[in-house]
Amino acid sequence: MRWHPILAIVLRQFYLMRGSPARLFPLVIWVAVDILLWGFITKYLGTVAAPGFNFVSTLLGAVLLWDFFGRVMLGITTAFFEDVWSRNFLNIFATPLRTSEYVAGLVLTSILTSSLALVVMIALATAVFGLSIFAYGVMLAPFLLVLFLSGIALGIFSAAVVLRLGPAAEWLIWPIPALLSPFVGVFYPLSTLPAWMHVIAYALAPSYVFEGMRAIIAGATFPATHLLWSACLAALYILLAAGFFARVYRYAVRTGLLARYSAETVS
Amino acid sequence: MANPVLSVSALGKRFGDKVAVDGVSFEVQPNEIVGLLGPNGAGKTTIINMILGVLEPTAGAVAIEGRDVASERAQALACTNFTAVYAPLPGNLTVYQNLRFFALIYNVKDTAARIDELLDQFELAAFRNVKCGLLSSGEQARAALAKAMLNRPHLLLLDEPTASLDPSKAREIRAQIRELARRHGVGVLWTSHNMTEVQEVCDRVLFLSRGAILLEGDPRTLPREHGKSSLEDLFVSVAREPLTLEAG
Repeated sequence: MRWHPILAIVLRQFYLMRGSPARLFPLVIWVAVDILLWGFITKYLGTVAAPGFNFVSTLLGAVLLWDFFGRVMLGITTAFFEDVWSRNFLNIFATPLRTSEYVAGLVLTSILTSSLALVVMIALATAVFGLSIFAYGVMLAPFLLVLFLSGIALGIFSAAVVLRLGPAAEWLIWPIPALLSPFVGVFYPLSTLPAWMHVIAYALAPSYVFEGMRAIIAGATFPATHLLWSACLAALYILLAAGFFARVYRYAVRTGLLARYSAETVS
Repeated sequence: MANPVLSVSALGKRFGDKVAVDGVSFEVQPNEIVGLLGPNGAGKTTIINMILGVLEPTAGAVAIEGRDVASERAQALACTNFTAVYAPLPGNLTVYQNLRFFALIYNVKDTAARIDELLDQFELAAFRNVKCGLLSSGEQARAALAKAMLNRPHLLLLDEPTASLDPSKAREIRAQIRELARRHGVGVLWTSHNMTEVQEVCDRVLFLSRGAILLEGDPRTLPREHGKSSLEDLFVSVAREPLTLEAG
C-alpha cells in the first residue's frame, strides 16, 4: 500500500470541507446538539432521582461514546458518498489507485473527522455538564478503540452495500446506528433485553463497551477478557467488511456496474 | 517496429446473452493515433472501459507497455490516462483541487509546476480556483484534458475529447494531441463521431460494428478502398449495413 493515493483521498475530503461549511457542520453540530440535549436530560433526572446515581457519567457518557461510534461509521460512508454524488467512480478507479488504498483513505478521513467530533463532545460535556471523561479510568482508551474499530467495520460494510445496490441504497445506511442501538444497550444493561436479543447483543462488539462503562461507574470490575473478546470481534468484523467490499468491487468490475455507476438503482 | 504501447488480444465481453465485444485484437504503437469508430452501441466505450480496468473482459487480454491490466493493474495504469465526455471531473472541487488530487494519485513529481504548466497549456489559469461544476462544457473538457496529461501518459485514451469544444478550441486541442504523439512518443486511442476530425488526426482507424472490428486502415484512403466518397459515407454504411459491407 502506498501513502500518496491514500493522502489524495484525505486531501479531497479536506478540500470539500474547507470549501463548504455545510459539510463541516454535521461533523460537530449533531454531536453537539446530542450532548446538550442529553446533558439537560441527565441534569433533570439528577434532580428527580434518588441521590447517589451518577446520571452524567452513565447517560451522558453513553451518548458521547455512542455518537463517537456513529461518527466513525459516517466518516467513512459520507466520504464514500462524495464519490457517489459526484459520479466519480470512473475517474477514480481508472487510475493506479488500489481498492485497499481507497478504503484506507476513507478510514484515515474518518479518523480525522471523528477525532474532531470527539474533542468537541468531550469539551462540551465537560465544560457545561461536568462530565469527567477520566471517570472511566484507563479503560477509556480500549473502549474508544473498540468503538472505533466497530465503526470502521460498519462504515466499510455500508459503503459496499451502496456500491452493490446503487446510490438509492444510501437511505438504508443512515438509520443503521439507530437500528443497532437497542441491541447494544447504550442506555441500559443487556440483562434488560429479552433472551432472543441477547444473542445479537453479544455478537456486537460495542455491547461490551457499554456494559463495561456501566460496571466501572458502579465501582464494579469489568473482566479484561470481555474487552479483549470485543476487540477481537471488532477486528474480525473489519476483516469481513473489507472482504465484502473487495468482493462487491470485483462483482462491479465484472458486471460493468462500476463503469456505469450512475443509475438510481441497480439490480 | 517498436513495442506497442497498447496491445489488445482477442478481447471479448458478454453481458448475459448479449455480446458487446467479440474477439477484438489491435495494437497502438508509440507516436500513433488510432481512431476507434463505430455507431452507438458498437462497443467503443466497452473496449475503453476494459483497457482502463474498470470492466473485466469475458475473454482475451489487455496489455499496456507489456503489463497485463488484469494482473498488474496499478503499474499498467500508472502510465495511462483518459478523458471521456461521460466522466467529467467532480464539479464540487476547483480545477486546481481536482488536478492536485489526481496528481497525488498518479504520484506526479513537482506537482505545483506541472499543474501550472497544464493550466497554461489548456488556457485554464483564469479558472484555477473555480469549481469545475461552474465551468462551461468546453472549459470542463479542457480541465479533463489537463487531468489526462498530468502524469505524462504513454497511452492516452480520448473518448470524444472535442465533443464540447468550439471549432477553434477543438482545432487547438487536436494540434496539441498530435504534437504530444509525435514529439513525446505517446500512443493515443481516439473515439469521435466527427469524421473530418478523425481524418485530420488519426494515423489509422478501426471501424467497429456489433462489437467486432469490421474495417481497419488509413482514414484518408479507406473510403476509396470501399467505394465511398468520404469517411462519413463509410461510417454511415457501417452503421446501416455492416453485413453488406463485410461481404463486399
